[in-house]
Amino acid sequence: MTDATITPVPSPPKTPLTEADPRTKKRNAAEKRFQYYGIAAIAVGLFFLIVLMVSIVRSGLPAFTQAVVSVDFTLTEEQYDEAEAQLFKTAAYQSYFNAVLREELRERGLDVDFDEAAIERILGKTGGTLREFFRANEDQLGQPVSFELSASSRVDGYFKGRVTREALQDSRFLQQSDLDLVDALADAGIVFSALNWNFITGADSGVDNPGGAGIGASVVGSFFMMLVVLFLSLPIGVAASIYLEEFAPQNKFTDLIEVNISNLAAVPSIVFGILGLAVFIQFMHLPQSAPLVGGLVLALMTLPTIIISTRASLKAVPPSIREAALGVGASKMQAVFHHVLPLAMPGILTGTIIGLAQALGETAPLLLIGMVGFVARGYPDGFVAGFTDPNSAMPAQIYTWAARADVSFYEKAWGGIIILLVFLLTMNAIAIILRRRFERRW
Amino acid sequence: MDDQRIIERTTVMKDIKIAATNVNVFYGDTHAIKDVSVGIEDKAVTAFIGPSGCGKSTFLRCLNRMNDTIDIARIEGKIELDGEDIYDKRVDPVQLRAKVGMVFQKPNPFPKSIYDNVAYGPRIHGLSRNKAELDEIVEKSLRRGAIWNEVKDRLDQPGTGLSGGQQQRLCIARAVATEPEVLLMDEPCSALDPIATAQIEELIDDLKQRYSVVIVTHSMQQAARVSQKTAFFHLGDLVEYGETGHIFTNPEDSRTESYITGRIG
Repeated sequence: MTDATITPVPSPPKTPLTEADPRTKKRNAAEKRFQYYGIAAIAVGLFFLIVLMVSIVRSGLPAFTQAVVSVDFTLTEEQYDEAEAQLFKTAAYQSYFNAVLREELRERGLDVDFDEAAIERILGKTGGTLREFFRANEDQLGQPVSFELSASSRVDGYFKGRVTREALQDSRFLQQSDLDLVDALADAGIVFSALNWNFITGADSGVDNPGGAGIGASVVGSFFMMLVVLFLSLPIGVAASIYLEEFAPQNKFTDLIEVNISNLAAVPSIVFGILGLAVFIQFMHLPQSAPLVGGLVLALMTLPTIIISTRASLKAVPPSIREAALGVGASKMQAVFHHVLPLAMPGILTGTIIGLAQALGETAPLLLIGMVGFVARGYPDGFVAGFTDPNSAMPAQIYTWAARADVSFYEKAWGGIIILLVFLLTMNAIAIILRRRFERRW
Repeated sequence: MDDQRIIERTTVMKDIKIAATNVNVFYGDTHAIKDVSVGIEDKAVTAFIGPSGCGKSTFLRCLNRMNDTIDIARIEGKIELDGEDIYDKRVDPVQLRAKVGMVFQKPNPFPKSIYDNVAYGPRIHGLSRNKAELDEIVEKSLRRGAIWNEVKDRLDQPGTGLSGGQQQRLCIARAVATEPEVLLMDEPCSALDPIATAQIEELIDDLKQRYSVVIVTHSMQQAARVSQKTAFFHLGDLVEYGETGHIFTNPEDSRTESYITGRIG
């Protein structure tokens, strides 16, 4: 203050705009670096996604084909009566079949010798299948019937490159000499790879018959479960969120409910499984292994997800819309249902589809209510499925297959994953279409 | 020049439409409105002015019970509409709001067509028996909102696609569609440019033929231009209430004078 002399403030040195100063350079470098991190993160993610997809497709696609033996077989009535009169009836059918096969090979000029045991190793016990067919269709006697018999899992593996000559050790399952026969049959066009429809439409088989295993029954099981989940958790979840978000008073009690809903979303799914077992099956005596019960359990699991996302999207609707509606004399409920809910619909649908996708892939709770390792009723001629009929679900079925000893089941597990992903993508596509429609309307 | 006009304005005593007596509003522990008594005239424009946070919007929202939607708000005192206490337990706020319409600070048309925006109120109140009647109400309301000529060819297009000023006039049209008796306007021009503001002000002047209009505004010029009565709020108190001309030229309270001359606020 007493200092009278004023020192002039030196004006800052002029810096050219065309040249970045060190500080700017540093900032720009940081920005660049950050962008590279982002790109790197995306690249890593994409890489793993591609690896995953390629490995799933590579391991899973073989499940959709199956080596089959196609033979025209004629059984006369005399042969039928003769076979039925014997003690070992299926053995008789087996020998007829072998004779036909031998004849067929000779006709085509192929000179391969084989014994009955080789045929059994390649095709399994064919006699039983034949007998069953002719006993059910006696009118087919005397006429040529074209049979497509699935080859054993090792022969199937040989076709798919899973079993190689070099690695094969003679055993009661398959021998080197059998492969010669298979090659000859393949050249003659008697054995070939065909689309395995049974895998897509059929039901699970027993542990000893990987060729007959299909995922169809559990696709239907999963579908029923998803219906139950959708029709329970969507209305209940949306109603609960609307009440909590728009109507409920803010107090300790609603705070407690809110915290509990958030916590519920993080409860391990196996806990829901135990709950389902205790409440739905042991207490309410609902049928075991039924999609209805599975759906109920998964609906409980999905509820928190739907409630949380619905509340978030209700919150995101600007309050001015509510005020506008109230301002023209709409009741609170009219304001919510005419204006707020339609605007929140895309968000609600997104939450629902995430919840459903989660439920679709859930295995643990299903283990506890018995929806696992189940051969549907009616096998092998199809299956019986309904909301209360015992069934399995896709992820549980995949889990069952992955745990089985035969390598063919391993391949089925991968194939099942492909089906599961297709199911999931279809669900997502439907949700996206619905969301688009809602967005366009408003 | 403007001031001249205000002085020359004739003062005619009119019926009291809304009578508020000793109104107190609390937001939790905050005492937002302190013992306010005011009589709002029918078929006139009443302006609430005052610095930000003085409680003028809060008081406005008491008049159609919009504060009911805020959990922590508590209202004491008496507000009567044509002699009926609007905070009586038997009064349904929904019915009240049909009589006391509201236009908000930010234009808030529904994300629906222009037609549906205006038709929504009459529909939920059952004011029309058929489509033709509804069409008539919509046209009448849009005309009163001074926006008919601009939108008559595109009634099916979304109301959110209009310009800010048009949206606000649409909101006014929506508010008058339910045939209210009082129209509350909470800073209706604060988000608009001068030209749109002028259009709205002209509209407000028109509306007072039919309704009792209450307008909250930050702009003293606007209050001076459109209103017959002005109330000055400060920190939750109603400092002064009287003829607009009187308030702006010859305020009685020193705080009013400070505010209108720009020394506080």
